[in-house]
Amino acid sequence: MPSRDTNVAFVRTEFIEPSPPPSSTQGPVAWMRENLFSSIPYSILTLLSIYFIYTLLAGLLPWLFGGVWDTSSIRECREVIEGTGGCFSVLSERWNQLLFGISYPQNAYWRPALAFVLLFVAAAPVMFPAVPRQLLVFTGLYPFLAFWLIWGGTILAPMVGLLGFVAGYMAFVQLEKTNGFAAGFFGGIVAALIVWLLGGFISGAMPHFIALEAVASRNMGGFMLNMILGTVCVSLSLPLGIALALGRQSDLLIIKWICVVFIEFIRGVPLITLLFVANVVLAYFLPPGTNFDLILRVIIMITMFSAAYIAEVIRGGLAALPRGQYEAADSLGLDYAQSMRLIILPQALKISIPGIVNVAVGLFKDTTLVSVISMFDLVGMIRGPILASTEWNGVYWELWGFASLLFFVVCYGISQYSQWLERQLATDHR
Amino acid sequence: MSTLSDPPRESFQLSMLLSDTRYRGYTFQFIALIILVASVAYLMSNLFANLAAAGLNISYEFLGDPSGYDVNQTLIPYTSQSTHLTAAWVGILNTLLVAFMACLTATILGVIAGVLRLSKNWLVSKLMSVYVEAFRNVPVLIWILIINTLVVLLPSPRAYRGAEPEAEMLFGMFALTNRGVYMPAPVWGSGSLVVVFTFLASLVAIFMFRGWATKQLYDKGQDINKLWPTLVLFFVPTILIYFIMGSPIGIEYPELKGFNFQGGLEVQRPLIALWLALSIYTGAFIAENVRAGIQAISKGQTEAAASLGLRPNRIMNLVVLPQALRVIIPPLISQFLNITKNSSLAIAVGYADITATLGGITLNQTGRAIECVLLLMLFYLIISLGISAIMNVYNASVALKER
Repeated sequence: MPSRDTNVAFVRTEFIEPSPPPSSTQGPVAWMRENLFSSIPYSILTLLSIYFIYTLLAGLLPWLFGGVWDTSSIRECREVIEGTGGCFSVLSERWNQLLFGISYPQNAYWRPALAFVLLFVAAAPVMFPAVPRQLLVFTGLYPFLAFWLIWGGTILAPMVGLLGFVAGYMAFVQLEKTNGFAAGFFGGIVAALIVWLLGGFISGAMPHFIALEAVASRNMGGFMLNMILGTVCVSLSLPLGIALALGRQSDLLIIKWICVVFIEFIRGVPLITLLFVANVVLAYFLPPGTNFDLILRVIIMITMFSAAYIAEVIRGGLAALPRGQYEAADSLGLDYAQSMRLIILPQALKISIPGIVNVAVGLFKDTTLVSVISMFDLVGMIRGPILASTEWNGVYWELWGFASLLFFVVCYGISQYSQWLERQLATDHR
Repeated sequence: MSTLSDPPRESFQLSMLLSDTRYRGYTFQFIALIILVASVAYLMSNLFANLAAAGLNISYEFLGDPSGYDVNQTLIPYTSQSTHLTAAWVGILNTLLVAFMACLTATILGVIAGVLRLSKNWLVSKLMSVYVEAFRNVPVLIWILIINTLVVLLPSPRAYRGAEPEAEMLFGMFALTNRGVYMPAPVWGSGSLVVVFTFLASLVAIFMFRGWATKQLYDKGQDINKLWPTLVLFFVPTILIYFIMGSPIGIEYPELKGFNFQGGLEVQRPLIALWLALSIYTGAFIAENVRAGIQAISKGQTEAAASLGLRPNRIMNLVVLPQALRVIIPPLISQFLNITKNSSLAIAVGYADITATLGGITLNQTGRAIECVLLLMLFYLIISLGISAIMNVYNASVALKER
């Protein structure tokens, strides 16, 4: 038996270190070859893109960084600027008009600004499950607080509004236990109406009780107006949209057809015609002598508009639920209201979230249309008072760039949030 | 059903209208009907009270009156002596024109951007994402106004004058001015109709030839080259007839006369601004639809096609696209609807579409707000419902035939 010589190893006892991959498959050069220059057409495309980006930046960067911020008119700008810098002084000079409109009182800018900041606090518990649930109380209070901050007047008015909702809810809870959902629903409405009616007298009698300086609706403008219209109309149209979607799915023929006609009619016409209605037609349908202010009329029309779209999105969500869910709810002995509230809607709404966010983003962008009926939102502000003024006539790109940037930040932020939420809610196994 | 499960018969009580699910539905419908009728009646009574107070009535006679205003772009004969109805027709045609043009270009743009966004070329796909996000997240009204400003800042026709003009025409044919774009226009001489018909006939012939070739391929396995006969059919007959008829179709170039360009085809600024803005804006949405449609086709389809030995081109044409189209087309059509509805923003740049003529000037001149807005809504409603009807028919025809 030959002795085993341990010095001569025919079989390695350890692995060789892997040799580095060829330099052609690694590092930035390989990455570029793979992703930018993999074939001749791709190389041409890449070169064209690089040229395009270069021309874009060559035009944009000097304009952005060579701009001036501290002159008082476009003529001074032209004197100061050498080359192609932008005249951004219009932004530092007129930022308050762009954001708050012409006639919002200067000393009250902190109020809408505070309301804007608080909006994030109020939205946080709704948007992020990790935020403590106790904050939802603030979310409930927020609409009334924001109304008081932005419009001013006595605090009694929003308080009465809040009390009405509380009373309505309490009546609903009490009546639902004993008499069922329908009785609770109508009872709640009656209770809220009674509180609002009585409270209206009280707040009308004491207009100076803890009052902020009142600002009329027609003095709202600038980006603030877009934000107000966007948030108010989206939040109002959600419950309305749910109701319309349920109505359209309903077995009750009359209710179904009312909803179908409403939804199809609203979706068939452009928003601008509805704004015309708000502007010139709606007044004919109100009791003689009433004078609704324009912003309220516009809110009504935009809410109806987005409610129709949201209804269609939610209908898609309802239709996407497996039939078994409806049947399971029925077999548990739940009635219609219970099965919708506890089984169907939570799932259907979850499916519809991306669609609802799309509608919300679209709606927020569409709030610029109010400039067509001569309201001074951000776009109306730029087209009207600012570009028409002698100081800033001709400062196009700085203003449009600013407006685009504001909308882009908000809309892009919302859509990114929606994608994040979709990933969070994805409970299926893919 | 077994009779055991029948509920015991009981006498009808009034409270059962609310508590019994058998009757509750009728109660709710009845209440809804009453609320509907009451609110309509209330609104109508308000309307008539208001109209009576203002000394107005609902009447469409104003449509027959002379409009008294000029429109900058008309596809049918129109003067300020024409009726308001004619003005409305002018507006309708203009709406359809810009919507059609924008649908076409938005589709082309969207398909290109959507496909390029899936490209393996990193730079190109990133560039396309920037395009899509930038245009989707900024209101279309702002884009319309921005592009309008771009056109406004072009040189005026005056800049093309003189021995050393400040601006030059592109290729000597196209003049980009702040009033619009002037380009060569065809002049139809006598006999040009024959040429046009020949061209249309050759298109039909191409279509039939390709159908026949495909049939040969499927029936007999003969692979007939389609490219060359198609090209020959496309060019040869038309060019032959063109010269036989003595070159009846000429080209008229725009020329600078006085302060403005004369001759040729003039595309006015509002149309350009609206058309480009709607195309680019909606193109970004269509790009997303196209991308989603292509990504919806599972990778297995591509791999299966590849393992059958199909080339990448044919995989795309024969396997991926037919399936992707089923996903792409419905949202595409709703984008077309959006273009049509968004074209109502023409009013912001002074393009004479239906909203600007009927809903703008006619409304302001006659004060017939209710009638004008009603007609306006009716027009858009007809368009929308028409397109959705077509879409439903299409959807039914391409829906997966399930057992």
